[in-house]
Amino acid sequence: MGAVHKSYQEINEKIRAGKAVVVTAEEMVGIVREKGTRQAAQQVDVVTTGTFAPMCSSGVFINFGHTDPPIKAGKVWLNDVPAYGGLAAVDLYLGATEPAFDDPLNKIKPGTFEYGGGHVIHDLVSGKPVRLRAEAYGTDCYPNRKVEMTVTLNDLPYAVLCNPRNAYQNYNCAVNLSARTIYTYMGALKPRMGNANYSTSGQLSPLLNDPYYRTTGLGTRIFLGGAQGFVVWHGSQHNPAVRRLANGVPRAPAGTLMVLGDLKAMLPRWLMGVSMQGYGCSLAVGIGVPIPILDEEMAAFTGVSDEDIVTQVKDYSFTQSEPLGEVSYAQLRSGAILVNGREVTTVPLSSYVRAKEIANILKDWIQSGSFLLGEPQHFFPTVQRGEPEENMSDEVIVDFEKPPLA
Amino acid sequence: MAVKRLILNFPAHLVDQPVTYKLIKKFDLRVNILRARITPREEGKLMVEISGKKSKLEAGLRYLAELGLAVQSLAQEVNRRQERCIECGACVSICPSGALAVERPTMHVSFFGDKCIACELCVPACPYKAMEILF
Repeated sequence: MGAVHKSYQEINEKIRAGKAVVVTAEEMVGIVREKGTRQAAQQVDVVTTGTFAPMCSSGVFINFGHTDPPIKAGKVWLNDVPAYGGLAAVDLYLGATEPAFDDPLNKIKPGTFEYGGGHVIHDLVSGKPVRLRAEAYGTDCYPNRKVEMTVTLNDLPYAVLCNPRNAYQNYNCAVNLSARTIYTYMGALKPRMGNANYSTSGQLSPLLNDPYYRTTGLGTRIFLGGAQGFVVWHGSQHNPAVRRLANGVPRAPAGTLMVLGDLKAMLPRWLMGVSMQGYGCSLAVGIGVPIPILDEEMAAFTGVSDEDIVTQVKDYSFTQSEPLGEVSYAQLRSGAILVNGREVTTVPLSSYVRAKEIANILKDWIQSGSFLLGEPQHFFPTVQRGEPEENMSDEVIVDFEKPPLA
Repeated sequence: MAVKRLILNFPAHLVDQPVTYKLIKKFDLRVNILRARITPREEGKLMVEISGKKSKLEAGLRYLAELGLAVQSLAQEVNRRQERCIECGACVSICPSGALAVERPTMHVSFFGDKCIACELCVPACPYKAMEILF
């Protein structure tokens, strides 16, 4: 029997005919182990992935429709959360991490960040009325200087979720070496390594199953917030050049995705407002990427299990900048890891239960013929298989900068 | 031996009564005070774990009822709002009593009301505001 080669068209024909074999990335682990990559590639057409976790670089483009008299909205608030109005007259962008204008923030630490952009997005997809307030300086063509109205997602002419950085390919495991509890975007971290938090869905995570972005590119159709959406570009901080394991999987945060979809089709279950104690507001986003098994290599990529993928344990208290160690996702999922000879309990901030639910929903969609694969029209920066280590950086890009030395 | 986690609600006129002392001396019960609060109207709430012989525990509870204290089970005061919980683990690492736990390997997050001491640490730690404590 020759090598396996399948095209997107062939797989989509099978999906249309209801004959495609679709499994989740969790199920693929056993299939590849039992049957090997060649037989797995012959049998399986699509592997579905999933992830559900806070993804701060998220937001929504909204057009709220022209008013009478018309306004060129400069400053805009939705339920008192400031949105960016520096676009055309009634276009705006609402970011997930923007807190309400009168939020006390971290004035009394740790702040609670009750309500922000992510919560507005959740309320909109829940169909709840949202108070929209806009101010303008007034022009001859847009004389109105102030509007205030209550809108629902249904009333809005246009609302598109557009997230510049989601679905991080791998992420740090966070600990705290200092002597006090710290409140981070990785949750509350107890002093002296009292706990370790991580945030990917491991073997179910989209880009851990497509390590070189071979099938994930511009035009890849995905599960986004409960509806069909698209990958439209690589995300901000996309960095393929990090050290990798022999199976191609990066050992630290690497690739990212920019995703887009119609907010009106999405569901509140998959877009949840986040209040991260002491850190801020955010949005938990549900994403599932289907991976076509074009050949044996893709079967091998999607066959990785939690034992086969690793991440770095990082100190989030600025006590030590070097990673404290490397751990596998199997260890993280077991509930405890060994760091410097000490056992530290682990919990995820990413919901494995919900990631699995997404992978299964996507599987159902494809099996029922209602979801066809989108063939990428453009590919994202990547590295060669087996790129020499000296060309790779150990640099781990995180969401903050180093503080000045005291 | 029987164990109960209870909230004792003291009306204003009973706040100065040595109820705990009586439970210990008269009914030979072990009383572990988890939390206590007196409201501005001088009503008191005492969160306790009471253990002892089943018959004595029942007699002790009768004594509390006769005194006029409203007694509630602690489990009823703590609630996880299922529709808000996404089953991550943000609450689990800060829960001191093991009432919130990740089931492995399924990764479901469970809440065991009987283990909860209503310390409220999970309330601000939950990014989705799923935990509700009415105490």
